[in-house]
Amino acid sequence: MKMTLKKSLAASLLLSLGSLSGNVSAAECIAPANPGGGWDFTCRSIGKIMHDIGAVDKPIQVTNMAGAGGGLAFNHVVAERNDDADLIVAASSATSTRLAQNAYAGRVAADVRFVGAIGADPGVIVVAKDSPFQNLGELLEAIKADPGSVAFAGGSAVGGFDHLKPLMLLQRVGFTDITKVKYIGVDGGADAITQTVGGFTQAMTGDMSEIVGFLKAGEIRALAVLTEERVPGFEDIPTAKEQGFDVVAVNWRGLYVPKGVSDDTFNMWAERLQKVADSDEWAEQMAANGLAPFTKVGGDFQSYIDGVVEEVRQLSKDIGVIQ
Amino acid sequence: MDIISNLALGFSIALSPYTLMLAIVGCFLGTIIGALPGLGPSNGVAILIPITFTLGLDATSALVLMTSVYYGAMYGGRISSILLNIPGDEPALMTTLDGYPMAKQGRAGDALVLSGVASFVGAFLATIGLLLLAPLLARVAYLFGPAEYFALYLLAFCTLGGVASNNQAKAAIASCIGLGIAMIGVDDNSGLPRLTGGNMHLADGIDFLVAIVGLFAIAEVFFFIEGHGKNSSIGVKLEKVKVPWKDIWHTRWTMLRCSLLGFIAGILPGAGASLGSFLAYMSEKSISGKDGGFGTGVAKGVAAPEAGNNAAAGGALVPMLTLGVPGSGTTAVLLALLMTLNITPGPTLFTDRPEVVWGLIASLLIANVVLLLMNVPLVRFFVRILMVPAWILLPGVTMISFVGIYSLSGSYFDLLLMVAFGALGYVLRKLDVPTVPVILGILLGGHMEDALRRAMVLSDGEIMYLWSSPIAIGFWIAAILGFVAPMFLRGVLTKPQRVSD
Repeated sequence: MKMTLKKSLAASLLLSLGSLSGNVSAAECIAPANPGGGWDFTCRSIGKIMHDIGAVDKPIQVTNMAGAGGGLAFNHVVAERNDDADLIVAASSATSTRLAQNAYAGRVAADVRFVGAIGADPGVIVVAKDSPFQNLGELLEAIKADPGSVAFAGGSAVGGFDHLKPLMLLQRVGFTDITKVKYIGVDGGADAITQTVGGFTQAMTGDMSEIVGFLKAGEIRALAVLTEERVPGFEDIPTAKEQGFDVVAVNWRGLYVPKGVSDDTFNMWAERLQKVADSDEWAEQMAANGLAPFTKVGGDFQSYIDGVVEEVRQLSKDIGVIQ
Repeated sequence: MDIISNLALGFSIALSPYTLMLAIVGCFLGTIIGALPGLGPSNGVAILIPITFTLGLDATSALVLMTSVYYGAMYGGRISSILLNIPGDEPALMTTLDGYPMAKQGRAGDALVLSGVASFVGAFLATIGLLLLAPLLARVAYLFGPAEYFALYLLAFCTLGGVASNNQAKAAIASCIGLGIAMIGVDDNSGLPRLTGGNMHLADGIDFLVAIVGLFAIAEVFFFIEGHGKNSSIGVKLEKVKVPWKDIWHTRWTMLRCSLLGFIAGILPGAGASLGSFLAYMSEKSISGKDGGFGTGVAKGVAAPEAGNNAAAGGALVPMLTLGVPGSGTTAVLLALLMTLNITPGPTLFTDRPEVVWGLIASLLIANVVLLLMNVPLVRFFVRILMVPAWILLPGVTMISFVGIYSLSGSYFDLLLMVAFGALGYVLRKLDVPTVPVILGILLGGHMEDALRRAMVLSDGEIMYLWSSPIAIGFWIAAILGFVAPMFLRGVLTKPQRVSD
């Protein structure tokens, strides 16, 4: 909230300090959120590894530009930095979800160029350790029987990616009265878990990275992970697919660059990103943060984005989030 | 005992010359950052994060440096509160209420030393608390759902009526202005913009920093211009500094009580140091009653918020380290640092990386002693930074305000907004309406609304859900008492309090 904007002030001061010390020509990575979140993580770890493995000469400066769920940064890039070759911007499923829901004031996915994704945070459905629900089927059946009996907490706002995950699952079991599903959007995944463990909500919908610490501490049980296959390092968590609910929802972590850059520049960033994806350092980062391998770089990724945007737009229409 | 051997491990890391030097440097930088108006602990920590990477510091060293800056800024925040009546950071807001009147009575030195000692007591006890209770106290967060948070925020607003003004109605109006401003921006529950007039800059609402700088610093400049530079309210002189043993002894229980309160407030996610200092001040005010003279420059009024906010700073580290839930804005920045250093905070951190946790705790204990030494005998040095004449300082403050706010978003829109808040602050003070509740409204309004909306979603709109737990009911009772009681007490007060804002 407003307090946290102080941090973005500090981050921009940080940037100006950086430029004073001579790194004028260093590349910049915009994290469209405050420090501590997924976008910030993307910028900081990708930027650090790019420098560590020698893909770039100078350390990449991270700028936090929080606002309008990434919309302020998106708008800034499109309107003011459209040909900046030294600019990369952190993106994730939240970016494509908001583009699909027209939440960036008319801006569309084609206004920038998506370089690639190198890792994905698998979607998870989690309950408190003493919850009566032993598997995903029981949870979904309980909602079918009495939608008011189960409330979800998640880190994204109403209509956001965390909200869509349980709705997609419920669609698969033929539950159509989706507006009856209770969902509260709180300030991040950890908060959502706190509410669930505290018994204020019955289940939490979020990303794997958000639950790792709590999972290790035994506070929660993961009912399902929303990937094609079980996630390395978390083999004991069953996928929704193997439980009979065909939903795959991952929060990919990647980058976009301004639309106006040359193809050479685009390819250069794609190459650098591929180097990071292939590095041992990134493998370690992924393992430590609950990310699953998910590498799509270059032209492939743009078509993947187009597909995802179309899918989410349709779903959002179905559930009434957009007209 | 486990704690002893762990602490021995921690001190073996923290007492190495290099780590010790980092702690001292961090304390020094932090105090300066805290003392400068508008630049608070979260800014300070975030500004200095790149230094840890430039120096190639390992995880423990980086954490030691940053938490020293954090603690230092919490100490430093009181200096400008007491001398300039401008809080160095937002938790230091409550310190202005008694610190500034005390300074005007010519007791600036006493106020600074006393608040330094209170800061030490608060921070020291909180560090001990962190040490002993971190794994247990982390569970308190689980007891707080939407209804409890809503009641807690309500409590903050209600009791503020008694502290910020002589007139409950004016305080209530000020709160409502603040709450109204907090409504600006995209509504999280529907994704629809409210009161933004289609302006993208307002989509995230009014930045707290823009409001506080406008209402305090810019309004101050307006008053300065109005008085043609005479009768300026700032520029209190610091004569000689000696230790006010009597006041310290007199406020010993206040410090202990407020440390406990502040520590608990710090543990609550999102509440942080501001609530800590606020609750500490309010509880002490009600304990001492009408003879306490709170608001007129009494020792307890200085000791209470400082012990409270420094204890909250320590308390806020508990949920950050044990659950990865930041307890305050600054710990959110620290959390970002931890994640960049590839440390996953959580209950397992204490067993997986004991050298990080215990090295940090030991460094905090050391940093506290360093800060006490720095802030009591050397307080004159820091004061000198602020002791420039008003006609230099105020334009300087204005410049820092403009540059700081501009770098926030790089838009002149926030600058205009800040000047507008300055004008609002000027008008409100002319009308004798306190500005503190406005700030509180902007700061907490969004959280309060979210809590209410979430409660309504969970309960299907059943209003009784707000009183569904003993914790919530307790807060409601305290809130009503806090709002009503001062009305009756006021008649008994012989001398009306000065409106401090």
